[in-house]
Amino acid sequence: MAEPLALKDHHLESQIYIERVAAGALVVGLLFLALLARIGYLQIYEYRDAVSQSEENRIQVVARPPVRGLILDAKGLLLADNRPSRDLRLIPEQINDVPDTLQKLQAVLEMSLEEVERFRSLAERQYRRFEALPVLFDLSDAQVAQFEANRYQFPGLFVSGKLVRNYPQGELVAHAVGSVRRINDQDAKLINATDYAGTDHIGKLGVERFYEGTLLGQVGYDQIEVNARGRQMQTLESVKPVNGRDLQLYLDVGLQAAADRALGDRRGAIVAIEPKSGGILALLSRPAYDPNLFVQGISHKAYNALRTSVDAPLFNRAIQGQYQPGSTLKPFIGLVALGEGFANIKDKIEDPGWYQLPGNERLYRDWNWTKTDAGGHGQVNLQKAIYRSCNVYFYDLAVRLGIDRLSEGLSRFGFGAVTALDLPEASVGLLPSRDWKQQVKRLPWYPGDTVNLGIGHGDVLVTPLQMATAVATLANRGKFVRPRMVQSSALEQAPSPTQALGEPLSQALFEPIIEAMEMVVHRGNQGFGENGTAWAYIGRDIEYRMAGKSGTAQVVEIEQGEVYDASLISERQRKHAWFVAFAPVVAPEIAIAVLIENGGGGSEQAAPIARELLDYYLLESKPLATAMTAAGLMP
Amino acid sequence: MSRDFIRQLPGTSEGYSGRTPVFNWFNVDPLLFCILAVIVSFGLLILYSAADASTSVIQAQCVRLAAGFGLMLLVAQVPPYVLLRLAPVLYLIGLLLLALTYPFGTEVNGSRRWLRIPGLINFQPSEAMKVFLPMVMAWYLSDRHLPPGTKPLTVGMALMLVPFGLILMQPDLGTALLIAASGLLVLLLAGLSWRFLMGLGAILVAAAPVMWFLIREYQRQRILTLFDPERDPLGAGWNIIQSKIAIGSGGLGGKGLLNGTQSHLDFLPETQTDFIVAVLAEELGFIGVASLLMLYGLFIFRGLLISVQAQDTFGRLLAGSITFTFAVYVFVNIGMVSGILPVVGVPLPLVSFGGSSLLTLFAGFGMLMSIHSHRRINI
Repeated sequence: MAEPLALKDHHLESQIYIERVAAGALVVGLLFLALLARIGYLQIYEYRDAVSQSEENRIQVVARPPVRGLILDAKGLLLADNRPSRDLRLIPEQINDVPDTLQKLQAVLEMSLEEVERFRSLAERQYRRFEALPVLFDLSDAQVAQFEANRYQFPGLFVSGKLVRNYPQGELVAHAVGSVRRINDQDAKLINATDYAGTDHIGKLGVERFYEGTLLGQVGYDQIEVNARGRQMQTLESVKPVNGRDLQLYLDVGLQAAADRALGDRRGAIVAIEPKSGGILALLSRPAYDPNLFVQGISHKAYNALRTSVDAPLFNRAIQGQYQPGSTLKPFIGLVALGEGFANIKDKIEDPGWYQLPGNERLYRDWNWTKTDAGGHGQVNLQKAIYRSCNVYFYDLAVRLGIDRLSEGLSRFGFGAVTALDLPEASVGLLPSRDWKQQVKRLPWYPGDTVNLGIGHGDVLVTPLQMATAVATLANRGKFVRPRMVQSSALEQAPSPTQALGEPLSQALFEPIIEAMEMVVHRGNQGFGENGTAWAYIGRDIEYRMAGKSGTAQVVEIEQGEVYDASLISERQRKHAWFVAFAPVVAPEIAIAVLIENGGGGSEQAAPIARELLDYYLLESKPLATAMTAAGLMP
Repeated sequence: MSRDFIRQLPGTSEGYSGRTPVFNWFNVDPLLFCILAVIVSFGLLILYSAADASTSVIQAQCVRLAAGFGLMLLVAQVPPYVLLRLAPVLYLIGLLLLALTYPFGTEVNGSRRWLRIPGLINFQPSEAMKVFLPMVMAWYLSDRHLPPGTKPLTVGMALMLVPFGLILMQPDLGTALLIAASGLLVLLLAGLSWRFLMGLGAILVAAAPVMWFLIREYQRQRILTLFDPERDPLGAGWNIIQSKIAIGSGGLGGKGLLNGTQSHLDFLPETQTDFIVAVLAEELGFIGVASLLMLYGLFIFRGLLISVQAQDTFGRLLAGSITFTFAVYVFVNIGMVSGILPVVGVPLPLVSFGGSSLLTLFAGFGMLMSIHSHRRINI
């Protein structure tokens, strides 16, 4: 501090100081203006964005999923309902240490490798803030208890309850009702995410799929104010969900169970239709699977086992299985011929046991042909050709009709088309025609093709559902009714048909054919070669009048000159057995098609099953329903 | 010594102007006091909302404010020449306390900023240094020839760099920079040449890449977050994103006191302390923020006027430095909350909840008043 005081220029210092303060004040003023500009920019220019962001922050929309509609059988029995189920859910933001939590969780609950993997990937996912994602499904009481007892170890994990689909009838109606599956990534791309908010499942097959919109209902929501830690403070707005509508089917579980019993362990399909309405009374495909397995997600191993099984349990034979109709096609060919004037009830032909096209070496044999050429049905008219299932008559008839008339006429019964209203997986079958063969096989139509078609062999393929539909048309004397699962009274809007069929045949033409089919079952005690083909198996003690027709479908071609011997070929190569029927003959109540894969003879194997079902439906089930109505148990 | 010039009136300065005797009695500048009272009341209102209408927080803050006002009045009674004499002593004590944080400091979040005497007090020596450094620099420059030559400049820089270094190593970059700023302000007000300042700026810019590797990871994150908060929206960017949403959604008039959703649903962090201005912006809107900035502006204007009217170098430099430092705090806090500066832990002066920073401020204001009220009559 040795500087002399005299050297200090106070005036200059003050001058400098004032300059500096002025400069500083200017800078401070500019900085404050910058702050104001910044705040103004945020509050005025970005106001709208910020408001919506702050609303997004504080308002969480929680979906209130609707309860899926029930599916009931014709008598009100539950086919699909909803049961409470508890899932373990996690909120990713609230889990501090994923590996540690996982390790502790595994100590408490047993977890499969798939589940561990799912936990890991979900815990690291960031989708919507504080969204609870399901990790473990359908916990048992014991699992819930174990978890809850150790709850304090698991921040961010909790058990939540919800309703999931349940199929009380299990396997029995699996192929008839279809099922729901957990929504996967592919589904998620196709659906409207809002409609499915809070819903984990979607109808993937059958009725569940076709009526998805009706069954699903409408989602509701709660607008909840949450704080930054996801805690719910108050409900701001609430919209109730509209539950899905219940569906009542024509299906009769009693009949379905009777079909299941009758078919036993055999592979096959049964479809029964109410001719008046087209309502499907039974739709069975065996073997089947438990649809409940798919609701919560089936393990890869179990799924692969189902998928690769030689018995193909996932395959719906009743609507997707395509088989040669065999002789069950004969009544329809007869009708077409009558309609076109190519056949007459009285006209007879001589059946030597084989048929030959003019100028062709090949022999088309009748089913009762023997190596000694002793077969043949002798004098055969149209009715006998049906009740004895004479091949030669129909070879001749088909050739005379020609493929064009045949193909066009058969299409009126729904062959070669999907006519079902609400079975989305139904197959189209195959009704061959000249055009089809040219386009698909790139070959001309040969007369031999017509010969084969005459007895339902060759290229023609039908599904059991198509067969039952055609039989119902017979029962209706030509009036075609589209098959359907759901009673339309339950629907807001009945499904509309996709395709129109040709003009129906005249009603009068049906009676002789139906009479012939009646004889298949009831014509007995007439001596060898004169009885109906099914009489010996089912016709002796029947209490009502029934019209039927058997059929066998080839699985492997029989070489020329060889004789089909069931014992010599393996079970899987045996013929498929068909039997179609309706009853009562007057005012029919039920039409039915039975197919047994590799079953052998139609009359022998399939006819008794058909009879069992008709017995049940006409004799057992009806009085029960009447009794229930009387007791006030049913409307 | 310049104190020879200070022949101020004894204790009360009654009669030299037409001011209210009560204020004069206590050496208080009525204008400064009134603006201060309005800011403090406004602050209490915002804090009341920020604390979710908790009376206990308000009570605690009132106690601190009362202590602050008490300290201010106390300091206002101390004549500037006593402050001048005390300056080097206080500075040395401050340095000692800062040094003591190394062996004895309480470690919080990996940084030793607090000194704790169990059962008695718990304070940050760096806070005290915020006043002691301008004091000692004003003292040192008060009898130098100004504008400062090379030697006084070097000594002045050294006075500043010692506490700066000590605080930087605690580590507490934010406070160290603010301390350095208050020291530089004294040099600037004393007439530091603009060329020197620009040279210093150029060195800093040149050193920036090196600094980038010297600063800590979290500090790097804060700087990166400033430019792009969305790079880590739930981590480092969370505070600033939520703060901007809170401010923006307030609009012109705000959502109303206690109605801020960002503030009351905990989306906004540190609502009672560093981010309190976002609460104000959300609930009282642009009008609220502009009003507060205007009050701060008035306060600063009055402070600068006092410094200009001060009659000696020490008073001028000290008053100017205190006022400008106050302005820097306001700018840094609001700049940080509105997303134009990186997040540093600077509270909003007089409004944020907190004790030691409040006391430092009030001590400074006491000095402002002392400088103003102990003037010679004839101005």
